[in-house]
Amino acid sequence: MSTRIPSALELDRRAYRRGRERRSALIAILSTAAFAVIVWATVINTEGWAKVQQAFFDPGVAVEALPKVWEGFLLNLTVLGISIFTVGGVALVIALLRTLRGPVFFPVRTLAAGYTDLFRGLPFIIVLYLVGFGLPTIVGERIDELFLGILAVTLTYSAYVAEVIRAGIDSVHPSQRLAARALGLNHVQTLRRVVLPQALRKMTPALMNDFISMQKDVGLISIIAGLDAIARAKGVVATTYNFTPYVVAGILFILLAIPTIRLTDWYTARLREREQSGSVL
Amino acid sequence: MSGILTATGIRKSFGDRDVLKGVDVTLGAHEVVALIGASGSGKSTLLRCLGLLEPIDDGQIFLGDEDISDPRVDGNRVRARLGAVFQSFNLFPHLSVLDNVTLASRVVHRMPRRDAEARAAELLARVGLADKAKDHPDRLSGGQQQRVAIARAIATDPEVLLLDEITSALDPELVGEVLELVRDLASEGATILMATHEMAFARDVADRVVFLDAGTIVEQGPPSSVLRHPQEARTRAFLARFTA
Repeated sequence: MSTRIPSALELDRRAYRRGRERRSALIAILSTAAFAVIVWATVINTEGWAKVQQAFFDPGVAVEALPKVWEGFLLNLTVLGISIFTVGGVALVIALLRTLRGPVFFPVRTLAAGYTDLFRGLPFIIVLYLVGFGLPTIVGERIDELFLGILAVTLTYSAYVAEVIRAGIDSVHPSQRLAARALGLNHVQTLRRVVLPQALRKMTPALMNDFISMQKDVGLISIIAGLDAIARAKGVVATTYNFTPYVVAGILFILLAIPTIRLTDWYTARLREREQSGSVL
Repeated sequence: MSGILTATGIRKSFGDRDVLKGVDVTLGAHEVVALIGASGSGKSTLLRCLGLLEPIDDGQIFLGDEDISDPRVDGNRVRARLGAVFQSFNLFPHLSVLDNVTLASRVVHRMPRRDAEARAAELLARVGLADKAKDHPDRLSGGQQQRVAIARAIATDPEVLLLDEITSALDPELVGEVLELVRDLASEGATILMATHEMAFARDVADRVVFLDAGTIVEQGPPSSVLRHPQEARTRAFLARFTA
């Protein structure tokens, strides 16, 4: 920081810029106020709005539904928490299988590629039906909803995440692999010490995006599970004839997603900054 | 075998492009050999083949008395005995300078971290970068990066050092510091095979100059004869283009 007193010209320019900033702020406030008035006049101050409020935002129903929905939400959280690890593990294995070179590995390579094709193409709801209803039918007995939910989420999401990991591995400059091999590191050491740590940084934004997607898709297990947040909400809707419980469940999912979304934004911004400052990574 | 590294009849093709068409080259103990030739003449490919980083299509490579081109030989073990530095993109950007230098010692040679770091600190001091140990490579200039790459390559006491145009990606004012380091290593008795475009350096430091053109060795000998009085027309044409 320089302690030099700026020239009169510079002081003039700064004063002008401050004036412009004040003007911009004023315009923003005015336009926001005007917009709020328009919304009030056209949406809220109408007959329909009262009905919307009643059907979707009934405080009494919300209070009644919240404990039940929350209890169900814990099941969603459990499925999510465990799936993070199962998805990560399965996806990493599939991605690594796809990067194996050599004719010996042709069958596993093809199988891994087929897996990602299949589960990225198959609608999640079909996976849920097949796993949630099909599997217990085959086995002939009841299977824990938690297990079925995790299995369905893992099958679908590990296919997406595997592709992200593979793309990350491919994005590491080939010279890095060469330099590692030249030092005598073998294939596994090269992957673990050199390629994966770099790949992980590059794929973090994409992985977080898949994670956000997974956070809300664990809500779909309500189709096979009677006890998760959405299924509980449905129960309350059925007794109150009011849709507020769905909104309550929805808000819980949004609250869950927001920290991850912000974290992703922050991380991506930081990554961009680093790249623009001319670093290698 | 007389040399430390001896290659006979090395052939290598990429698709239908023959890059090496039967190259014989020998590297004696403590010998510094400069590999010169135009871009695309096969210098990099030859170095990679000798370092077992590229499978050869024909010929034999001996490291000491061992035929390292034998597919039954464990390539990782052989590569651990060699050191290599490339044009650029050498260092691992996610590791600190110190970790870059110690990686092979720790992971391949199973040296305890403390010993590896002590050795690395010595080497970094030697290449004049002791104060950069904790930095990541992206904080270093190109010349400093290449010096770290050299320190990393010699950290495991390789029997042969393969240097592939290590100054070609550098700004002209940074070339000197890197070549100075190679000159020091050469004077201390390292065995070096280096592909280079620095003719003055080759003349001063190399014991022997090998001129490669279109995948064959056209001429080789002491720098004074190959660079000053080339016998072959192709060598003369290359050098003329170079000094022009």
